[in-house]
Amino acid sequence: MALARDHELHRRRFGRNLGVALTLVAFIALVFGLTIAKVSGGGTVQAFDHTYRPALDPAIGGETGARE
Amino acid sequence: MSDIRVDITHKTEPAEAGFGDFVALLKPRVMSLVVFTALVGLLVAPNTLHPIEAFAAIVFIALGAGAAGALNMWWDADIDRQMRRTARRPVPAGTVEPGEALGFGLGLSLIAVFMLGLAANWLAAGLLAFTIFFYAVVYTMWLKRATPQNIVIGGAAGAFPPMIGWVVATGHVGIEAVLMFALIFMWTPPHFWALALFMNDDYTRAKVPMLTVTHGRRATRVHVLVYTLALVPVALGAGLTSIGGPVYLAVALVLNAIFVAGALRLSQRTEVEAEADRYRAEKSFFKFSLLYLFGHFLAFLIEATPWAALLRSQFAYWGL
Repeated sequence: MALARDHELHRRRFGRNLGVALTLVAFIALVFGLTIAKVSGGGTVQAFDHTYRPALDPAIGGETGARE
Repeated sequence: MSDIRVDITHKTEPAEAGFGDFVALLKPRVMSLVVFTALVGLLVAPNTLHPIEAFAAIVFIALGAGAAGALNMWWDADIDRQMRRTARRPVPAGTVEPGEALGFGLGLSLIAVFMLGLAANWLAAGLLAFTIFFYAVVYTMWLKRATPQNIVIGGAAGAFPPMIGWVVATGHVGIEAVLMFALIFMWTPPHFWALALFMNDDYTRAKVPMLTVTHGRRATRVHVLVYTLALVPVALGAGLTSIGGPVYLAVALVLNAIFVAGALRLSQRTEVEAEADRYRAEKSFFKFSLLYLFGHFLAFLIEATPWAALLRSQFAYWGL
């Protein structure tokens, strides 16, 4: 049976593909927004830079390094 | 010319599922109740959360609830097919294959739990995982076909969302979260038994041991009254915690008085009376039960607004 270009099956598949695409876009936007919210809510983050810094050493009263 | 004829109009394959069929697998109406109660649990908690984190948490709680619904539809396709109320669901209707529903439910469950753990905290994610397990395995696969107490114990699954919302905001389970859980837990049996009173034929046909099928309608009516009376102290008790207040107590008093009156009316009705008016009282009790739950959670929400805090301080000023 030949399927016409505008067969009902095509419309249904297009609808499903569009739905999946929009869901994925929404998911990406949500994860991006969540990342921004988490990062901006965490204060200034200091990475370990392979050099001993007394200011970050909790044993001598420094910060833990996670936040300022 | 060949004698072989092919009937091209004959449908040999099941209809291919559309996007809407997969959305229907998530039980959107149940999901809306989950979203509302979880949102209230989150908003009435003492801690504040970044709006995007709160939004993401609600989305993932809703997805988890939807995933549990898909797993329920996968397992229950055989009985759904026999019940008028559920025969048009995607799996019994043949638009979604059982394997697709199973994969969809499992995949969404994993995504929802993992993402809630990242978005909020792992206690909330653990509670969501337990809720999905409880609904899909304990209720759907075990209790539903085994005991007339199915919806009493299974009601716990629907009671978890406000507790998860609270844990998302606070990171721990408080007395307020337990009372919100208890409110839905105690509300579920009268709500579903009222439905069973006028949908009894469905459950009998599907051989689901609802109380109406195993113990009869008379016993069910008495059970509705007993559970409604047991619900009252839970509903009013929640008003005496930090999430309650004068607005909540006033709303709860009115809603509980109407609910108890409705349950009393149901308990006194005979089957002849019920059939004569086509279960009008049972149907209105069922509809009111939805308003009852919505009203309580809306009152919790109102109590969390600055306006309610102002009212509370005014009451304190008057020495009330």
